[in-house]
Amino acid sequence: MIWVNQVLQGILLGGYYALLACGLSLMFGVMRIINLAHGDLAVLAAFLVFLLTEQAGLPLAPALILVLAAMAVLGAVMQRTMLERSLRAGMLVPLLSTFGLSIVIENILFAGFGADTRSLAPAIGSLAYDSWSIGDEIYVGRLSVLIFLAAVLLLVGLQLVLARTPLGRALRATAENPDIAELVGINSRAVYAAAAAIAVATAAIGGIFLAMRATFAPYAGPAQLIFAFETVVIGGMSSLWGTLVGGIVLGVAQNIGAQLDPHGFLIAGHVVFLLGLACRLALGASETGGRFRALFGKAP
Amino acid sequence: MSLLAVEGLDVRHGLLQAVRGVSLAMDQGEILALIGANGAGKTTLLRAIAGAHRPAGGRILLDGTDVTALRAYRRVAMGIALVPEGRWLFPGMTVEENLLVARASRRTGPWTLDRVLDVFPNLRPRLKAKAGSLSGGEQQATAIGRALMTNPRILLLDEVSLGLAPIAVERVYQSLAALIAEGTTILLVEQDLGRALRVATRVACMLEGRVVLEGAASSVTREQVTEAYFGLGREEKAGA
Repeated sequence: MIWVNQVLQGILLGGYYALLACGLSLMFGVMRIINLAHGDLAVLAAFLVFLLTEQAGLPLAPALILVLAAMAVLGAVMQRTMLERSLRAGMLVPLLSTFGLSIVIENILFAGFGADTRSLAPAIGSLAYDSWSIGDEIYVGRLSVLIFLAAVLLLVGLQLVLARTPLGRALRATAENPDIAELVGINSRAVYAAAAAIAVATAAIGGIFLAMRATFAPYAGPAQLIFAFETVVIGGMSSLWGTLVGGIVLGVAQNIGAQLDPHGFLIAGHVVFLLGLACRLALGASETGGRFRALFGKAP
Repeated sequence: MSLLAVEGLDVRHGLLQAVRGVSLAMDQGEILALIGANGAGKTTLLRAIAGAHRPAGGRILLDGTDVTALRAYRRVAMGIALVPEGRWLFPGMTVEENLLVARASRRTGPWTLDRVLDVFPNLRPRLKAKAGSLSGGEQQATAIGRALMTNPRILLLDEVSLGLAPIAVERVYQSLAALIAEGTTILLVEQDLGRALRVATRVACMLEGRVVLEGAASSVTREQVTEAYFGLGREEKAGA
């Protein structure tokens, strides 16, 4: 029964990872940018919510809406002022500039909030520890279920936007070939800014859920980035469903690892990630189109 | 006033000057065929007019408005559409999506999805197919249809027959005849001289980045074009 429990908790945890990863994968798919500040942007959003609720005394719901809107704007501004310029200098430069941004965010947060570990759990009352029981031995946290459902809703929503709307078509067209997209009337810079806005807003949602279900501190970003990155690599970039599957595989592996050995949580996750990477490289070598196939290449 | 005017246009690829001081003017409803050897600067000229390549000098005017500094998507919104050489569809998207994506230009007019499918009926059964899986002729039809979906005032066609089977070329030109009958203004690059002279109202021949011969299609002879094509009449080429 304990194993069933661990798998179930792992699946729910996977929802959180998928939430965190979808923005990373969107940005890579559309702009070919690996955003190393993704985790820090998530943590920044958590701190902003903390600032508005704990220190400015705003109720939670308006604070969430304000922060998500602000983070979306930040994403678009970041694209226009920083990523666009770095990308012009080559594929590798955005790695450096987002790494730099990551350090800047961490240190601004450290300077502003100190090294204290914080949580938004107090702001959500009993939701932080309420649970449902399944049978006698298994309990699932209501918050975990909520996060998982939010992740599925967000992924379904994103998939629908990509597949059905004019913005989604413009995003996929620009991802495939930005020069040709311009020639059919698409403003590729605006599309990039929209993609960055969506990606950073989803990172913010991930960061806020992290803050509710656990704790966060100024330097917590990189660890979240690694989980998001592992999720993307395990699940692949061909669809957002892959992202959900990748998150679940990672979450289940970590929980089973933790059950085998107290130190097993991270190690099991990393091992599954490396196995996933090895499989991808082996498969990619035999496929045309290469290893870094476009994110939306196979979307419906 | 001309619909499209190009004045003293210079376009460079790095150190190579591909287009040298080209001036052209086109009126509404004209079909101008650009002829010239590989490397004469035809594709570069078309790409510069469409906004895919920033010129080093000169001006491009659409209906009197200077568009030289505008990005490609703004020119599409003003009515310039390019069908690029090599077709360049979005291969991971369906035919329907490739056509609908051109609605981003926000231009309205006679060309809708249904109209395009009337002109290219061979696309109708392939609407849900990935563009990457189409035959060459179907891809070309999709590329032209995609350009038409922007309801262009002027259509730039770059080597639409390149790499197509003769029967597919025939079909593409049959559908172009429908556009021409409606008075669409077309600037086309075509390697097949006979076809170019039949379709076009006017012909311009390019050599090493310059327009060396220009005239009404009916007044230009094959010999004149051949001479201009190879630069036979020029003194400085005599020793080469």
